[in-house]
Order: sequence, then structure tokens, then C-alpha cells
Amino acid sequence: MNKLVKLFTIFISAITLTLASISSSFAKVEGDYIVLGSAISLTGKYSSNGVHTQNGYNMAVDRINKMGGVKVGGKSYKFEIIYYDDESNPKRAAQLAERLIKQDGVHYMLGPYSSGLTKAIAPVTEKYKIPMVEANGASRSLFTKGYKYLFAVLSPANQYLEVAIDLAVEKNGGKPVRIAQAFEQDAFSQDVRLGILDAAKRTGSEIIIDDKLPKELNDMAATLAKVKATKPDVLVVSGHTKGALTAIRQISEMKVDVPMLAMTHCDAAKLSKQHGKKSEYALCASQWHKNLSYKDKFFGSGKKYDKDFKKEFGYAPPYQSAESSAALLVFKDAFERANSFDRDKVRDALKTTEMQTFYGNIKFGPGGQNVAKPMILFQVRCKGDTCENKVVAPTKWASDKFYHPIPKWSERS
Amino acid sequence: MDFLIFKAPMLMVQASLDGILLGILFALIAYGMALQWGVMNIINIAQGDLVILGGYIAYTMYLAGIHPAWGVVVSPIIMFFVGWALYKLVINKVVDRDLFISILATFGIAIVFQQLMNFIFGADVVVAQSEYGTTMIFDNSVTLPNSKIFSAFISVLYAVALVVYMKKSRLGRAIRATAQNARAAKILGVDTEKVYAATFGINAALCGIAGALISITLTLHPYVGLPYTVRSFMIVIVAGLGNLPAVALSGMGLGLFEEFADYILGTEFRIGAVFMLLVFILVYRRFKLSKKREYLK
Repeated sequence: MNKLVKLFTIFISAITLTLASISSSFAKVEGDYIVLGSAISLTGKYSSNGVHTQNGYNMAVDRINKMGGVKVGGKSYKFEIIYYDDESNPKRAAQLAERLIKQDGVHYMLGPYSSGLTKAIAPVTEKYKIPMVEANGASRSLFTKGYKYLFAVLSPANQYLEVAIDLAVEKNGGKPVRIAQAFEQDAFSQDVRLGILDAAKRTGSEIIIDDKLPKELNDMAATLAKVKATKPDVLVVSGHTKGALTAIRQISEMKVDVPMLAMTHCDAAKLSKQHGKKSEYALCASQWHKNLSYKDKFFGSGKKYDKDFKKEFGYAPPYQSAESSAALLVFKDAFERANSFDRDKVRDALKTTEMQTFYGNIKFGPGGQNVAKPMILFQVRCKGDTCENKVVAPTKWASDKFYHPIPKWSERS
Repeated sequence: MDFLIFKAPMLMVQASLDGILLGILFALIAYGMALQWGVMNIINIAQGDLVILGGYIAYTMYLAGIHPAWGVVVSPIIMFFVGWALYKLVINKVVDRDLFISILATFGIAIVFQQLMNFIFGADVVVAQSEYGTTMIFDNSVTLPNSKIFSAFISVLYAVALVVYMKKSRLGRAIRATAQNARAAKILGVDTEKVYAATFGINAALCGIAGALISITLTLHPYVGLPYTVRSFMIVIVAGLGNLPAVALSGMGLGLFEEFADYILGTEFRIGAVFMLLVFILVYRRFKLSKKREYLK
């Protein structure tokens, strides 16, 4: 009798285990739907970019579903996303990732907004071996941890402004330049800084001011006074939207003359709208611009994406939305190539991704970063009182010539 | 690293003026905090968020096509009523309790305000343009944004007006009486409930003015209130309660100290340096107090 009970228990547990392993490797697909999960900042300090990200995801889901969905094993599936609001809080984001995986049984994740939150989620997805395609975490440290299930469609942070230094050297007749830089003390900006250090080393340029701005800082007057006194060839600033807005405000107020000003987050800060002419000639790093000539069959070109997005959401898509849409194209491609819902097969398919989307070419390096897409630089140019971002580098896509040097404030109207 | 600031004397002038002008603005916020701390024994963690709300009022006017500088008139009026309502809703329930409860309550208010502002105005960083231009002195080597000069001037104006009001008016006297001894004031017929509400309203109004000035000199964002709270808290700690000249001086002093710390220690240490100074001052005060206590023995 006792033996029989034992046998029975073993039998039952064997079945449960098999079932569990099957469900864990073939879920989460419900009926015709492939369910993706994402913790995203819908409230809190990242909420505006969080919403841009969500809109980008939703736009791509609609488009892919309308255009025949994802074909796996001869059957057509549709995408569906479960969202949770992470309140812009890394701890919350990690909890929600755990909840998505353990309670909701999600087996494929889309990234949150910002490097900080992606950093919080990545260890969780890694632990449960959940492939995550993320579109808004650019920090270099995400790609040096040896994560195997993390894939980023965007260029890493250290590449943001490297091109700007090359451009400055080129304008200086190939001779090294003197660089002044101010970076906020957060993961992303410090990675941008590392990129500049590399570029400076490579070109033999000298860094004469290297300020680290505290997170609470809203006043850069001291840094700019130093810039004024030392007259560098190029000034580099990165401190998210606050940094960009503060820099332009104070550069114009203090009449700081530099031949070249390179920044990040100009479009997120709506620089050309908020500061108008004062922001003219600022050079900005961007992941994407609608004028680039990349194409795919879902969104067509960047310009078409821009038009469709405007129609759907009522505003021009920032690059945060474009890259988020691209993340879903990557997932679709990987599912179809894997021709399976097995997580590891999907992961292997992701690893060998090599495709073009309207957002740019995508190919993942060993750390999961996108190595196929260069950063672009645009410059704010004004006609009368309306200012626009014009692509100036790399030359392949430049719509306008890079204006250098920036005219002195005394000569600007 | 050799110090740039000692090589270029003009930088010294620039740093001093920057520090002083910004310090005056911070002193205004700190004065509001000192006032209600002194009268009601409440440390208002939401102080910075009231400032930002005031800023958003000016920013809304700017969006509507009105010059944001008018915010220094409109914002305090609206904020006075916000402060009043806040007192009636929340603060009056914690005013007699211990400090910890009031800190918790105002911390809660701060969170609610942040989320509300985020909900109404969005999470983007915004600026209002004053188009005031720049004053250049010493052959363009020292630049002073006129918006900063304007904000320092307005801060001084309102601070002086408030001091006169506190000295001369009936309500001002009632507030001072309540600050000195609430029970005695009550016995002598002062409606302390009303005094408290008015004090909280005045504090919010001061925050409103400062916020409007910040919208044209710095940047606004729903979540940048806390640094302003911390800054005004420090100024009050250094200056003591109910002493306007000391608050103004300590505001300017901290502003100056911060600027010079930036040049000498580096930008990354500028906030750290201020905190170090605060620790030093607190230890020094304790030391002085303990000496005084010996006489009492």
C-alpha cells in the first residue's frame, strides 16, 4: 500500500513537472495572442518619455497585427502587451518585472523607459531567462554585464557624442581640440562622458574643463564662467532635459561664446520650441530622425512613420517612440525565424538578428547592444522665429551643412 | 589642479555676484519656512513643492501669452489661498502634535503635490522666457542675467514689505504674539486658528513669488521641489527662526560658499560642501549651547 502511494506521488509529480516545463517553455501564448510584458513609467518623473515609449509599442503592435501578425508554425499570431506602471521607480520596476513573469506568466519582455529602470529589470529577466528587447536603456554598463537575454535596439550611450568630437577635430583642420565638458552624475551621462574621453584620447585632444554636475543642480553658472575664461573649441553638455534647458538658458544669458556646442536630449527637451533662437546652432545627438533613408515593409520610411504617428497620437514622434516601435519589429522577426515559442530558441534567433527597420539597421553585438546603427547629429537652425532640427552628420544623411563656428553673441540678433 | 579662480580675478567677481543673487532668492523661500516654523512649530517638507507650484502658475500665464514676470503678483495671491486651504484641510490637525507628525504630514502633501503637478502640467522640464537680456560689466567679462537681478530685487522688495507688515499691521502683531506664546495670545483674544491659517497662507504666497522668479531664472519640473526644501531648511538652521536679516545673510552666504566651493573643490562637491558646512555649524552650535548650559547648572 505504502509503495503504491509512493509510486502514485512520483507519477503525479512527474506529470506536474513535465507540464510545468512545457508551459514554461511554450507560454505565454494565449489562443492567437503572443503576450509580451512591460513595466513602464506612466506616472512619476519619466512619465512623458514613458508614454512616448508606450505609444511607440502600441503603434507597432497595431501595425503588425493589422498586417498579418506573426507567423509561427504556419499559424498567424497577434501581439498583445501587458503594461504595468512602474511609477518611474527602479525598485517598483523590478517588482513588476517579477510579477509579470511569475504571476502573469509573461515570457517575453519589452524594456521600460530609461537606463536606470532597464538596469533594475535586467537582472530579473536574466534570472528567469526571459528574452527582453529594450529600446530605451542606452547605458554602457547594461552591455558589459554579460547579460544573455537582453537586446537593445539603440546605440549605447558612449556613442552619443563621440562623433561630435571627430567633427570638431575635422573643422579644426585635423588638429586636436580643447574640450570643455559638463556631465550630470548619473549612469547615462557618465557613459556619454566616457565616450568623449575615448574620442579625446583617439584624437589627441585635451579636456580642459571636466565638471560633474550634481543631480539636484539647476544652475550651471560656475561651469559656464569657467568656459568663458578658458575659451575651449567645443563645449559638451549632458544632463537629460534639465541639463539641456539650463545650459541653453545660461549660455544665452551669460553670452558664452564657444565655436561648437554639443548636447544630448535636445529633442526630448523641445529645445527649439522652448528656447527658440537662443538654441540655434546647438548640436544634438539623436538615435533617429525622420529624414533618414531606412525602410521596412511595416512602417515604410521614417517620414511615413512620422506622418502615421502624428495622425494616431497628435504629436510628432520623438526618437523614444521610434525605437520602441522598432523593438516589436525585432521580436516579430525573431519569432518567425525561430518558428517556435521556445524562449531559448527565440533568444538564439534574437542573437542572430540582422535586419533593417525604418528606425535603422539592427544587429546585436556580444553584449546585446545594437552595433549596426550609427548615432546621428542634428543642429538647431532657425528661419525667422521658427527653429528646426536639421541632420548634419553623418554626411550620408545630412540634409544641411554643419554650421561652424557658432557666431558670437554680439553678432547674433 | 591649479585654481582657475585665483588666476582670473573677474571669475571671483562673477562667482560672488552669482552666489549672492541666487542666495537672495533662496533666502525668500527660507524666510517663509522660518516664519511658519517659528509660529506653528512645523517643518514644511512641501515647501519646495509649493515653490514649484508657484512657478507653474507663472508658466501657465506665460503659455497664455502674459509676461511671466506678472507671476510675482498673481502667483502669491493664488498660493495664499492654496496655503490657507492646505491649513484647513491638513495642517490644523497636526499643528499641536509633535514635530515628527508634522514632518510626515507635509511629506505626504509633498508627494500629492508632485503627482498632481505631474498630472496637470506633465513631466517635462519647462522654462518661461522673460527676454530681459543681460547686463555686462567690466568689459563684458562679467555677465549678469537681468532676470537674476530682477528676481533678487523682487525678493528684497517682498521681504521688506513683509517685515513692515509684520511690525505694523494687526495681523502681523497677532502672528508675532502667537509665535512668542500661543496660549497667552489665545487668552488675550487672538484667534490663533486664524493666525495659523494666515501664516501658512503667507508662507505659501512667498513660495509662489519665489516660484514665479524661478520660472524665469532656472527650470521647472514637478519633481525638483525637494532641493529647494533642503536649501531653505539649511538657511533656517544656520540663521535661526524669526530673524530676517540673519536669513538673508545666511542665504547669501550659502550661495557664495557654494559658488566658491564649485571653483575650488570642483562642481561635484558643491552640494557636498554645503552639507559639510551644515554639519560643521550644527556641531559648533551644540558646542556653544553646551557651554551656555553650564551657567544654568
